[in-house]
Amino acid sequence: MIETPTSTAAPATPGLRARHLLGIEELSAEEIVLILDTAEAMKEVGSRTVKKVPALRGRTVVNLFFEPSTRTRTSFEIAEKRLSADTLSIAVATSSVTKGETLVDTALNLEAMSPDMIVMRHASSGAAHLLSRICHARIINAGDGMHEHPTQALLDAFTIRRHKKRLAGLKVAIIGDLLHSRVLRSNVHLLGKLGANVWVSAPRTLIPPGIERLGVTATTRVEDAIADADVVMMLRIQMERMQGHFFPSLREYFTLYGLTKERLALARPDAIVMHPGPMNRGVEIASDVADGPASVILEQVSNGVAVRMAVLYLLAGGLD
Amino acid sequence: MPLVIDAVRMSRTLARIAHEIVERNRGVEELAFVGIRTRGVPLARRLAATVNEIAGADVPVGILDITLYRDDLMRHTVGPQPLVRLTDIPFSIDDRRILLVDDVLFTGRTIRSALDALIDFGRPKAIQLAVMVDRGHRELPIKADYVGKNLPTSRREIVNVRLQESDGIDEVTLEEPGDHHD
Repeated sequence: MIETPTSTAAPATPGLRARHLLGIEELSAEEIVLILDTAEAMKEVGSRTVKKVPALRGRTVVNLFFEPSTRTRTSFEIAEKRLSADTLSIAVATSSVTKGETLVDTALNLEAMSPDMIVMRHASSGAAHLLSRICHARIINAGDGMHEHPTQALLDAFTIRRHKKRLAGLKVAIIGDLLHSRVLRSNVHLLGKLGANVWVSAPRTLIPPGIERLGVTATTRVEDAIADADVVMMLRIQMERMQGHFFPSLREYFTLYGLTKERLALARPDAIVMHPGPMNRGVEIASDVADGPASVILEQVSNGVAVRMAVLYLLAGGLD
Repeated sequence: MPLVIDAVRMSRTLARIAHEIVERNRGVEELAFVGIRTRGVPLARRLAATVNEIAGADVPVGILDITLYRDDLMRHTVGPQPLVRLTDIPFSIDDRRILLVDDVLFTGRTIRSALDALIDFGRPKAIQLAVMVDRGHRELPIKADYVGKNLPTSRREIVNVRLQESDGIDEVTLEEPGDHHD
């Protein structure tokens, strides 16, 4: 198994302390490493001819998605099926939420059918926390507003660790729509806990005020962020969340901040390029970089299944 | 803390089992070893090395972690999940004779899990079981094909198999619960 930066500090019987996965902020470095190590074993399960193990047999997992998502929802569904759980996905457009039911009512009705776990994505920050206070089921946050998207940060860290064998001491540049990004917040927490050196870059209007307090270096000069970076992570310009004008045009954004071959050349020669998807080609990233040899974007997608299997398995401990 | 098997005895025992494996399978062409984590793995590697010496072959060795197949998963209402570690079987088990290796055979539940896991990997021609110690108290109809030592125990006693690779010493000891070890 891959050497982990904190493996010597691991407790005798490691486990997750919390019943839910609401965010990276609540996890310790040891818990993160446990999830990543478990994901290594889960990754092997996905490489078999029969990609299924009986670990969660007879357990019911509900995927409750109040925001559109293809990648994350599919990834959770595959992870649940590979662990033999019974799964059910509810998308907002087909549910009674459109008839005016509140989140709490929806949750209580689901709860009445005794699911063991609920995976939820919601447009409001804190929605997963709310659910965890009213439900008996284990809650996994699959993205809440602009707050956190913990499994994305975990799969990003897993992907980085597979390539770089470590996280501590790496320079990671995160560039793009920082203001609206829950992926950013989860990644900043995670990379900080595991000792990476995080730089963020965006136009002034898209840098959240006070971001430096989370231990990152913020700059409007994208070249400074990319210089000698081990990892360059591009974030999507989230047009659907932008009410107002944050920059003059998409073309200008690409000219000033888009990841081109020329900009990538400033990073270390063995740097990897990441993107949580979905990509806006020609806005935050040039197509030849997205499809180029440094890109690990599709690996991130396949690693997502292994990481979600690990989270589901570890949270299922102590279910009655 | 009675010593049941010392280093010399262990190495003789493994050599004897390796000879039995070659003899009973009339050759090694279709053979592959799979060690059950944790201490079945070094035992499988040693048996394979000896079999290769005897038969001039190159028999592959795989690693099996049975955690995801345990029948007591989800039956504990408190406490963390057991640690899952990497399974690595870098060959097809279809139509092979699989030599499953573990350190101690006790209730048989680990072997039941291992059989379920192996069958998800393919359809072997046969699966045989080799263990260093059979301590009795089976809860399932499972029997080993090769046994280092049959060791009558009480359920309360603890059988410790220690190996060079993981513990720095080759020995098997029998302990009463409450004995302080190490």
